[in-house]
Amino acid sequence: MPTITDFLAEPIAKRALLACLLIGFSNGFVSAFVVLRKSALKIGTISHSLLPGLAVAVLIAGLSQWSALFGAIFAALIVGLGSIFLSRTSRLDQDTAMGVLYTTAFAAGLLILKNLDVRQKLDEWLFGSIIGMADSDLWIAFGISAIAVITLTALQRPLLIYLFEPNIAASLGVPVRLLNYATFAVTILVLVSSLQAVGCILSVGLMVAPAATIYLLTNNARTLFWGGGLLGAAGSLIAFFLSYPLGWSVSATIIVVLGTFFLLAYIFSPKYGLFSRRRGVA
Amino acid sequence: MSTAPIHDKTKEHVCWGGGCQHTQHHRLEVVDLSIQYQEVRALEKISFATECGRSMALIGPNGAGKSTLLKSLAGLIAADSGKILWRGEPLTRSSHELAYLPQRGDIDWNFPITVRGLVEMGRYPNLGWWRQYSRHDAEIVERALTSMELGDLQNRQISALSGGQQQRAFIARALAQEAHVLLLDEPFTGLDKPAQENLSRLFKELTAEGRLLIASHHDLQTVEGNFDDVLLIRRHQVAFGPVSDAFTKNNIAAAYNSELRTEN
Repeated sequence: MPTITDFLAEPIAKRALLACLLIGFSNGFVSAFVVLRKSALKIGTISHSLLPGLAVAVLIAGLSQWSALFGAIFAALIVGLGSIFLSRTSRLDQDTAMGVLYTTAFAAGLLILKNLDVRQKLDEWLFGSIIGMADSDLWIAFGISAIAVITLTALQRPLLIYLFEPNIAASLGVPVRLLNYATFAVTILVLVSSLQAVGCILSVGLMVAPAATIYLLTNNARTLFWGGGLLGAAGSLIAFFLSYPLGWSVSATIIVVLGTFFLLAYIFSPKYGLFSRRRGVA
Repeated sequence: MSTAPIHDKTKEHVCWGGGCQHTQHHRLEVVDLSIQYQEVRALEKISFATECGRSMALIGPNGAGKSTLLKSLAGLIAADSGKILWRGEPLTRSSHELAYLPQRGDIDWNFPITVRGLVEMGRYPNLGWWRQYSRHDAEIVERALTSMELGDLQNRQISALSGGQQQRAFIARALAQEAHVLLLDEPFTGLDKPAQENLSRLFKELTAEGRLLIASHHDLQTVEGNFDDVLLIRRHQVAFGPVSDAFTKNNIAAAYNSELRTEN
């Protein structure tokens, strides 16, 4: 087995390393929004519905970054808007409608992908394959990260008021609907970028765990965004170097490392940890 | 628009002068306001008029439309018919001059924000998305914190406050917003006796400096003493006027007794 330095000399390893940093950071950054919005479960639903979108896109247009991107966005919209439509036109609530819609869509996606003749194995769609990234993948990841960070930073002031209390935000003149659309678009984009790295099942972890960890450590919402980004990047980096000598899958290692950070914060956080006296109050 | 006093009990006072030149009392007038939620009529033909320097209790049973009325005054719910006139102009969207303070239960107290951060939110109408937070803004926030006696607590996370302090933090946010009108949803709920008395003293100070307070309220024992006017509703208007005139046994009975009808 070659040493880690030999491995790092390979362009493929450098690309994977960069991808870990970029995707880890952008997902960690967006995770602050997901945690404050309390929409972790919804993200799980949407990420699962990306799979059938990809499958249909591959079926129609062949496999490319753009077809994957549009397929994913399309599927997220269908499930997101479809569940709203179903709940309005029946006696079901939106969560129930979403639960039925996304599992059905996910299962259909599995069937389509199984019967498609594509390079990528099913496992890679489900659990990601960061090692297989090309230069163009890296550029897309970079572009998406930049869009996410710039958008959420530019909108930070109205966004934080909206996340704190939507009614106060609206009464202060915050453009609530615009924020909803903008943040939805950013979330989908970042999810798609993480799909390649960690797959559609584990992507929820990457988009929730970093800020969930920082949430236990800070009372500053801005720290949540940048801290989430840094933690996401650091966790992915650590996972990258752990996974090689151990022979583990990079994507699973990323999520396990981030989950471990979360557990540590939960137990040892000075203010909001298990051993903190003020826990009940705070 | 008529400039005649609302009724003969108009108090002698000056309007709150924070950043606004005015020669007359700022008047809030609601005319035949009706709001419908899908098939259910939430409010029907509510009409009243009041002005800066007064406090008004919004009284009625659960589901009578108190929160709906507050939200529509705050510009959060559109009226189906009727109008809201503020300083003689129709109120079409949110204005920094009206501040909305939600019920305690609607707030996520674990949100990572300090008292100061909450009060600074009040500067948003002035700052917009990007404008630099200036020394002027900082001074206004400082004054709001001081007047609500929160100076020493400004760096605390909002859950690390008592109920009364939390209520004062939200009022401080409204002051930082330079609001003339404070729309409060059940401000006394969940406060212990001393905190309630403190809040009622603050109400008097706020109206004395010329602000208009409109609060939904459920404790019938404390209407007198805390408020100048009362609006009794149960979807439709039961009575409006100074507490001594309108808050009568008959009117209270008309608002509360017997089941609330479902009016379609």
